[in-house]
Amino acid sequence: MTEKKFDPVIVGFFCNWCTSAAADLAGTSRLHYPASIKPIRVMCSSTVDPVYLVRALQEGADATILGGCHPGDCHYITGNYKARRRVAIVKTVLKSLGFEDTRVLLEWISGSEGPKFARVMNDYTDYIKKCGPSEFKYLDSLGGEKVD
Amino acid sequence: MAMKRIGVFICHCGRNIAGTVDVKRVAEEIGKREDVAFSTTYVFMCSQPGQKLIEDSVKKYNLDGVVVANCSPTLHEKTMRNAAARAGLNPYRVEIANIREWAAWPHEDNPDAATRKAIRIINATIEKLKANASLEPIEVPVIRRALVIGGGVAGMQAALDIADSGIETILVEKEATIGGNMFRLSETFPTLDCPQCILTPKMNDVAAHPNIKLYTYSEVEDVEGFMGNFKVKIKKKATFVDWDKCTGCGECLRVCPAHADSEFDLKMAKRTSIYIANEQAVPLKALIDENSCIRLQFEKKVKEGKIKPKKNVKICSKCADVCEPNAIHFQNNEEIVEEEVGAIIVATGYEVMPAEAFPELGGKYPDVITSLQFERLLAPSGPTAGIPRRPSDGKVPESIAFVHCVGSRDPQNGVPYCSRICCMYTIKQAMLVKHAMHDAAVYDFYIDIRSNGKGYEEFYHRAKEEYGVNFIRGKVSKVYKVGDKYRVQGVDTLTGRIVEVDVDMVVLATAAKGSSTVKEIAKKLRIPYDEWGWLKETHLKLKPLETPVGGVFIAGAAQFIKDITDSVSQGSGAAAKVMALLSKPELEKEPLLAKVDPEICAGCGRCKDQCAYDAITIDPVRHVSVVNEALCEGCGACSANCPTTAIQVVNFKKGQVVRAIDVLAEVF
Repeated sequence: MTEKKFDPVIVGFFCNWCTSAAADLAGTSRLHYPASIKPIRVMCSSTVDPVYLVRALQEGADATILGGCHPGDCHYITGNYKARRRVAIVKTVLKSLGFEDTRVLLEWISGSEGPKFARVMNDYTDYIKKCGPSEFKYLDSLGGEKVD
Repeated sequence: MAMKRIGVFICHCGRNIAGTVDVKRVAEEIGKREDVAFSTTYVFMCSQPGQKLIEDSVKKYNLDGVVVANCSPTLHEKTMRNAAARAGLNPYRVEIANIREWAAWPHEDNPDAATRKAIRIINATIEKLKANASLEPIEVPVIRRALVIGGGVAGMQAALDIADSGIETILVEKEATIGGNMFRLSETFPTLDCPQCILTPKMNDVAAHPNIKLYTYSEVEDVEGFMGNFKVKIKKKATFVDWDKCTGCGECLRVCPAHADSEFDLKMAKRTSIYIANEQAVPLKALIDENSCIRLQFEKKVKEGKIKPKKNVKICSKCADVCEPNAIHFQNNEEIVEEEVGAIIVATGYEVMPAEAFPELGGKYPDVITSLQFERLLAPSGPTAGIPRRPSDGKVPESIAFVHCVGSRDPQNGVPYCSRICCMYTIKQAMLVKHAMHDAAVYDFYIDIRSNGKGYEEFYHRAKEEYGVNFIRGKVSKVYKVGDKYRVQGVDTLTGRIVEVDVDMVVLATAAKGSSTVKEIAKKLRIPYDEWGWLKETHLKLKPLETPVGGVFIAGAAQFIKDITDSVSQGSGAAAKVMALLSKPELEKEPLLAKVDPEICAGCGRCKDQCAYDAITIDPVRHVSVVNEALCEGCGACSANCPTTAIQVVNFKKGQVVRAIDVLAEVF
């Protein structure tokens, strides 16, 4: 079997007020980043249940990225601080289960930061490409065998 | 009841989408889904024929849900929802899949990947849409009254404009008179109007307006409620004088033996312990300063048991003795009043940093004062009748140095930003000094002159050319005392030389900051502010008057330091926002809010802890969470913390999001 080029799947949760607007701006500015980023718009980063991140990794994603407003700038006053705590917890859990916690990334990207959005998406995709496919999605097969 | 007859409309957006994404292939792929009854493409979905296509298809195929794959939902979500609504479909059964900004444009270098990503985004959107509920906007009743906090020029303008439209307005001012900082000024740039002349008519209009209820010497104590329905507690501070009886004649001021620094004159003069804020105060009423009144201090000490009064001792009551209307009663008449309003404008204004904060620039010396203090010395109504005198010895100065950017543009010693008004008022003050004392030597140390307003640059040139003010481009490093004079040491960056001048007085244009009371008020209103005390607007460019809290607006320098022109404009602007809000009997609100399933909820309160809007309470009887729909903003922070999925945001339910995630994460 020939080794296929690894094209990661990265699920992006982008808050409606900042990072979704940044993604719009990156598009409008025709800034390119890999199509590996699979985006979903959420109202606030704080609405992202830790379960969402784990579910994405379980269902096949190689990584997840959560984008919110900068600290102090949250549209919902303090939502991004709550998101920060949740991501910290998910990272701890992943680590204690023996998985890389870098497969969950939290970034503050404001609505005016289209270039930052594109840069983060490019850098993170490159990073995940180097890391290789996530082991987490094979959790179903408890014997440790990889299921194709 | 998951939707089974979904229509998917894929937009070409000219060549913007179709140039990269193979829209035909997308429509074919999506059309294979069992739950999709109809899928098609069109060149411009947002055009009239495009909208007609949605309307006709909803009717023709009896669609129960619609996904439009086009541009960002910020652009055309409303358009598409309205189109579906016209065909009888609930608008909340329409979702946008953003395949332009999020697929076609960023991946224009890889059309195949862009096409596959577009399909995936549309599939995820369909999965989310399938469980969408039909919703109606929530109607919230509105109290047709407004509150303005701060009686400076911005707050007065806002109150007058709202009141003129027939809406009752409450104006709360913490000081004993309205007028704000503008009333302290000598003259205004660039017109050299006297603020007392142009502002007093406005102040009297406020006091006399049938639709304005004025609370001076009062503070906002507590705010409850939400847009359209605020309950406000206002503390009327103790004046020890019955204002219904006081005529403002001022007899009491003549006999009072106790003194304190004048608030209005910013410590540039003394006032008596019973005082009227200034001669043109509105309202013109006397009040007693508890901390300096001999009688009230005596009574306080007796009460605390610190002194025991001898029998038949005569305590000072000179003011009451001369008061013909018997208004002075020495009783603590602090009072809390409650008002209900539908909208609030915060116009709390600014303060300047004190001279003492800059000891290296001589702030510790009495003759080194802030520009705002110097305004009082230049004002014809001020303590020196418009001819500046040194605070230390009362001597008329023969030479004055002005220093720009004291604390401004200086993150180490003050603030990082430009305080915006200092260049212009310093130039004005230099001019006024020349008006008052023709032969005075005036030195003006600046970094740059920022004269960005109508008539401002011309004003600067007048000061330079007609008045002979010495402008020196460079920073001042040190001010110290040499004999009777103050030596100002700086550099002239145009000639590259060190400059030293000995002057009688130094005026520091210190940095402006938000009012010191603003943080407290902002916390009560739950609106954000920055570390310098400026209130944070919703959007700096497009929503400068709004705050993230619905129904609360900002006007004037409370948002950031402004000159009078801008403050007045903002006052009127915020008033227009309030009038628009209060013009309807009921407000419509997006129904995408948190909802509790009382069957599952255990009343643990974890959602309540997460809510930044205090929208969640625990019902004490049923012991379940209850969401106040008027307060909830629909962020969903509560739902992420709920251990039982009892609280969820409508149409953003966990099941919906998880199904969308499954599609996005799938490897294929």
